[in-house]
Amino acid sequence: MNSINILIVGVGGQGTLLASKLMGKIYIDKGYDVKVSEVHGMSQRGGSVVTYVRAGEKVFSPVIEKGEADVMISFEALESARWLPYLKKDGVVISNTAQIDPMPVIMGNAEYPENPLGIIENSGVKVIAADALGLAEEAGSAKSVNIVLLGIAAKQLGIDKDECLDAIRATVPQKTVEVNEKAFELGYNL
Amino acid sequence: MEKKLLLGNEAVARGLYEAGVRVVSSYPGTPSTEITEAVSKYEEIYSEWAPNEKVAFEVAIGASFGGARSFCAMKHVGLNVAADPLYTASYIGVNGGMVCAVADDPGMHSSQNEQDSRRHAIAAKVPMLEPSDSQEALDFTKIAYDLSERFDAPFLLRLSTRISHSRSLVTVNDRADMELKPYNRDVMKNVMMPAMARKAHAKVEARNALLTEWADTEAFELGVNRLELFSTEIGVIAAGSTYAYAREALGEKASYLKLGIVNPLPVNAIIEFAKKVKTLYVIEELDDIIETHCIKLGVKVIGREVFPPLGEYNQAIIAKAILNKENEFNTVDCDVPARPPVLCPGCPHRGLYYALKSLNLYVSGDIGCYTLGAQAPLSMMDTCVCMGASVSALHGYNTARGSEAAKKSIAVIGDSTFIHSGITGLIDIVYNKGISTVIVLDNSITGMTGHQNNPLNGKTIKGDPTTAVDLVSLAKAIGINRVRVVDPFDIKGTKAAVEEELQAEEPSLVISRRPCALLKSVKHEPALAVDQSKCVGCKACLKVGCPAISQKKQENGKTKAFIDPNQCLGCGVCIETCRLDAIVKNN
Repeated sequence: MNSINILIVGVGGQGTLLASKLMGKIYIDKGYDVKVSEVHGMSQRGGSVVTYVRAGEKVFSPVIEKGEADVMISFEALESARWLPYLKKDGVVISNTAQIDPMPVIMGNAEYPENPLGIIENSGVKVIAADALGLAEEAGSAKSVNIVLLGIAAKQLGIDKDECLDAIRATVPQKTVEVNEKAFELGYNL
Repeated sequence: MEKKLLLGNEAVARGLYEAGVRVVSSYPGTPSTEITEAVSKYEEIYSEWAPNEKVAFEVAIGASFGGARSFCAMKHVGLNVAADPLYTASYIGVNGGMVCAVADDPGMHSSQNEQDSRRHAIAAKVPMLEPSDSQEALDFTKIAYDLSERFDAPFLLRLSTRISHSRSLVTVNDRADMELKPYNRDVMKNVMMPAMARKAHAKVEARNALLTEWADTEAFELGVNRLELFSTEIGVIAAGSTYAYAREALGEKASYLKLGIVNPLPVNAIIEFAKKVKTLYVIEELDDIIETHCIKLGVKVIGREVFPPLGEYNQAIIAKAILNKENEFNTVDCDVPARPPVLCPGCPHRGLYYALKSLNLYVSGDIGCYTLGAQAPLSMMDTCVCMGASVSALHGYNTARGSEAAKKSIAVIGDSTFIHSGITGLIDIVYNKGISTVIVLDNSITGMTGHQNNPLNGKTIKGDPTTAVDLVSLAKAIGINRVRVVDPFDIKGTKAAVEEELQAEEPSLVISRRPCALLKSVKHEPALAVDQSKCVGCKACLKVGCPAISQKKQENGKTKAFIDPNQCLGCGVCIETCRLDAIVKNN
């Protein structure tokens, strides 16, 4: 059983917690030991957020450190750049292409870097970029960005599609199952 | 037996359920809040949000007097508020078992200081257990009740952000059938006057000695303390999250004395463990409590010498300090601007702050979402100390600087924080003839901790209707004649009302009332839009500090305002900033 470290990053309020909860459930159902570490409180509210999902034979630490993540699932392009050091040298970035300006940029005190995903790619790191918001809207709800990204990650990590769909059905509210199934498919088949 | 992926906090709640706990009273505080939220889902347990941690702790003591197993939860600074009952409850002991969970926040993810709660356990001579994952959070909670009743002591359960907010697998069991213990009046035990307290103190010292012995013996049989012997080169003494980091970083390259009881600490076990390894490290976040204990025992350890006294640890810090090993990692070739937390789009606090910004006031601040208004561009806070301090510290400031200062200063305090400990400060102002102006930001919920009901919003922890404290009547009853209610989205009206109250030669209470934008019951207006033909890119609208408004470069190279329709809730505060009426309702 290989150990797997998944870093989920984004902007507070984007739905990163549900994505990490689902990832955790998927690996438990596969028989792994799992630890998921979340961020609550002041760190949300539009701030940079990170969640760690770790799976393996036996997992001790709930956190992922620099150079340890196999995959980073990012909900926003700048956040991909911020958390890049946490990725393994040969890790993969799965990122939403959305750009959300942080307050220092809004205030004109800092600049949003031009094409952060391109910069990452040019440094030799594999990047799978997707307009997750567009796909989520296509699935029927802008809120399903997290499930679109989960679909892309599942494909990348070689997780069985049905295992993911079972976890989604068991976790999301009943009335959103259909939209989320569709969002997952759109990501998975990207 | 069923296995579940539970947050440390949810596992504590499950432990309470399985231990047969009957009464739970808490005040929300990150990272402890979800314990009591999870408890509220169990029909078998009475649960409540108390106005503050002192009340919660006292409710739990009372339930223990009454023969029930009882519990309260709070964050580290909350235990300061509850310290008064804690220290004397230690002398009294329990009838039904009593446990208080206290969640520390190393790294200060959501706190104003980084204090180490083990200090309270030592000072109050109260035993303290510390789990290192969710399974232990459940197990130790149950064990704490058995020990509480056996040793006649309230127990502290120390958590930290990483334990409280990490999910790991937990095996769950059924609830124990705990009968209510009989109540017998026992004045010598339960009434702390000097004569009784002197005897009780002696009892506490004897209890501590017995618990030290327990930590050296039975704690190992129960698995609360644990010896894991691998390599004899490196020895590690650790508890809680630092054990998890050490185990991850060092694997079988070290041997471990893993402590589950952190007050009192074992003696013989440490001396014996030290003999088994060549180099012994103590790894503990925040204060050097275990290290100091080892030094007192004459055991040579390495601790503060290589590990910092601040912030959260992780496996990388430990691998670097002990193995001199570092991971390789990618770096990114651009400046990455910070992304600090901000007031949400549609937040009523933004309206209030923006309305008062031009008055250039001294703002005595408090703890809650509205503390975020301290940052640019709103920059509407001069001080923030602890829960309730905005009101009393404003009185101090105005007393020091005189009535002219009082006409240029306000306190801002949230609804829940006001009930927690703002009321007493307000009474101080009235009683001592102050003329300060206090603003309660009443958003109908305890916001920052993730939406808990409170005594002002008329709902219990389970969402059932209850009597709501009437803030206007309360203010009048304590002697405030000038009470105003304003809508913070009415920028002009709010500003005018506060200006008027500032001039009054007596104390005023302004209630800035509008529910939190994130409440499900709040209906929002459609997203606003920028009329590009009118916008000249003056950036005035950026001064409200709304994450939904930014600048976007046009094809002709000019920048103009842009409102993100996915974020904007149509509150309209930004409309007030635009002299060209370029911000419009989007049809």
